[in-house]
Amino acid sequence: MSTLAPTVPSGAREPAPLDTGTAGESLLRGAWRRLRRSPLAIAGAAIVLVFVVVALAAPLLAPYEPASTQWAGQVTPQSVPGSSADHLLGLDSFGSDMLTQLIYGARQSLIVGVVSTVLGLSVGAALGLAAGGLGGKVDTAVMRLVDILLSIPSLLLAVSVAAVIGQSQLSVMIAIGVAQVPVFARLLRGSMMSQSKSDYVLAADALGIRRRRIVMGHVLPNSMGPTIVQATLALATAIIEVAALSFLGLGDGDPAVAEWGRMLVAAQERFGNDPRLAIYPGVCIAVTALGFTLFGEALREALDPRQRR
Amino acid sequence: MTGTPGQRHAPLLEVDDLAVVFHGARGDVEAVSEVSFSVRPGEHVALVGESGSGKSVTSLAVMGLLPARSTTVRGSIRYDGDELLGLGDKERRDLRGAEMAMIFQDPMTSLNPVVPIGVQIGEVLQRHKGLSRAEAREVSVDLLTRVGIADGKRRLKEYPHQLSGGMRQRVLIAIALACEPRLLIADEPTTALDVTIQAQILELLRELVSGTGTALVMITHDLGVVAGLCDEVHVMYSGRVVESAPRRSLFGEPRHPYTGGLLGSIPRLDAARGEPLTPIPGSPNDALPWTHSCAFAPRCGNRVDECTTQTPLLKGVGRETQPGYERALRCFNPIDVREAS
Repeated sequence: MSTLAPTVPSGAREPAPLDTGTAGESLLRGAWRRLRRSPLAIAGAAIVLVFVVVALAAPLLAPYEPASTQWAGQVTPQSVPGSSADHLLGLDSFGSDMLTQLIYGARQSLIVGVVSTVLGLSVGAALGLAAGGLGGKVDTAVMRLVDILLSIPSLLLAVSVAAVIGQSQLSVMIAIGVAQVPVFARLLRGSMMSQSKSDYVLAADALGIRRRRIVMGHVLPNSMGPTIVQATLALATAIIEVAALSFLGLGDGDPAVAEWGRMLVAAQERFGNDPRLAIYPGVCIAVTALGFTLFGEALREALDPRQRR
Repeated sequence: MTGTPGQRHAPLLEVDDLAVVFHGARGDVEAVSEVSFSVRPGEHVALVGESGSGKSVTSLAVMGLLPARSTTVRGSIRYDGDELLGLGDKERRDLRGAEMAMIFQDPMTSLNPVVPIGVQIGEVLQRHKGLSRAEAREVSVDLLTRVGIADGKRRLKEYPHQLSGGMRQRVLIAIALACEPRLLIADEPTTALDVTIQAQILELLRELVSGTGTALVMITHDLGVVAGLCDEVHVMYSGRVVESAPRRSLFGEPRHPYTGGLLGSIPRLDAARGEPLTPIPGSPNDALPWTHSCAFAPRCGNRVDECTTQTPLLKGVGRETQPGYERALRCFNPIDVREAS
């Protein structure tokens, strides 16, 4: 019945702030119960947990200082020393300890992944909220903007951002984040639109509840599930994209910062002799992305309203 | 009727020549037209009809809940003497929940699944009565007690899925009555409930509205609900009122063939065992357009030639000798009084 018309609520004397905290609780409590029963969720969560712990505790876990090239002398044009007692996974092509570089690489992936996802999520969700909540002309304007954004390939966007603000870690994060904006905006708007047609919104309308309160207190809490899931999946995408951008030379310019994507590039020329140089960071990227994807998919199932009882 | 307290008062709600047009992709559809009725304080009025008869659309129009972009509402809806049509969204929203409230058909979907019921009861009190959250919580516990839910303090923290259907409808009634509205519209409040619960909910509604001066508009297809609760009945068919009468005369002497058909299709305890029910043949989909015929004609046993060539008008057919038996009828060939009784 009542879709959200373009009336902007005055909301001059909104009596009390909304209880979204409690509202999300039931949603999350039910989801938590289902998550614990899902082996995929547990596997995904375990990978994510290991990744996060390794990233946060990198200085404690890594056997050596990052980007230390003190063993560069052992690296010859033909070969790179493999695993030994001193270096569990051997050295990399610059003569740094492979394990140390991988551990610090996790840290880099986590930072870039989280920051870019938070950026994409907040801008995208704000746009989606405005479009879905205000409707009408705002909706049309926001969604056309999002369409334009969506029509630009994310790689091209990344190149442009890097060209404008210079090649840096920040430009990588902005590029990945901006590429996520349309996804979040569309997703949140879509679920808000469908929730706006539900009976409880009509019932709240029939009680004279203000539109802002209906949008923020009723529609939004019911629409967040898919967005939470998407954020988890976006982390996986972000980690892959960071590596991809680095691989293409668009990443952080500082060679001292360990980064899985750049490790792949360095491994390229030695792939024939020492494939492990590429395999280690490749496996790290794949496993981490897999972990977030598994967890995200399990979360999607757990939050599915059809399973909510 | 044992004392209709409202009879002395001026009407609280006056609907006059109401028409609702939906603008759809395939052209305009007139869902409701020429609907007029009034409700006095304390009076209980029923709008009766099958699905698609326009009874729910009428109630949504009164509440101001029809989407403005895709519907046109014509005629007049006066509340307490003031015209509601033409009021802005804000004014209508201030009335809703405070002055007029509505109970919906499906308690399973009318409560927000992710918001505790305490918040859902409290927000209407905060909105219209300006109570603080703590004050609203206290009033909410009282409200739950009044609708027969014990241990309100604990219940307030629960989510809709933790309550049974009957309990949810009680909560919805509590929410609707929270601000003591003078007009309550109940749209099939028992249809989605188990038969055993239906009677309880009706009894609760009766208790809560009788004696308080609350005007009740009961939307239903169930004449059994009407019999126990309502003073005045308006029978709707295909968007128009076909018969309006006080409950007693409508049940005693149905005049419109459609009303007769509705009454004939109710199982009766005093009927002989094994006697079949008399259903109305056909379905509402067979309706003719009102523009040059009676919509009910294809299903009508009393059909005469005019029924398919002319539009019947709603005319008063009061019995001057017995006030309170006045009725209005939209029929060329009504059921004969003697035949019915």
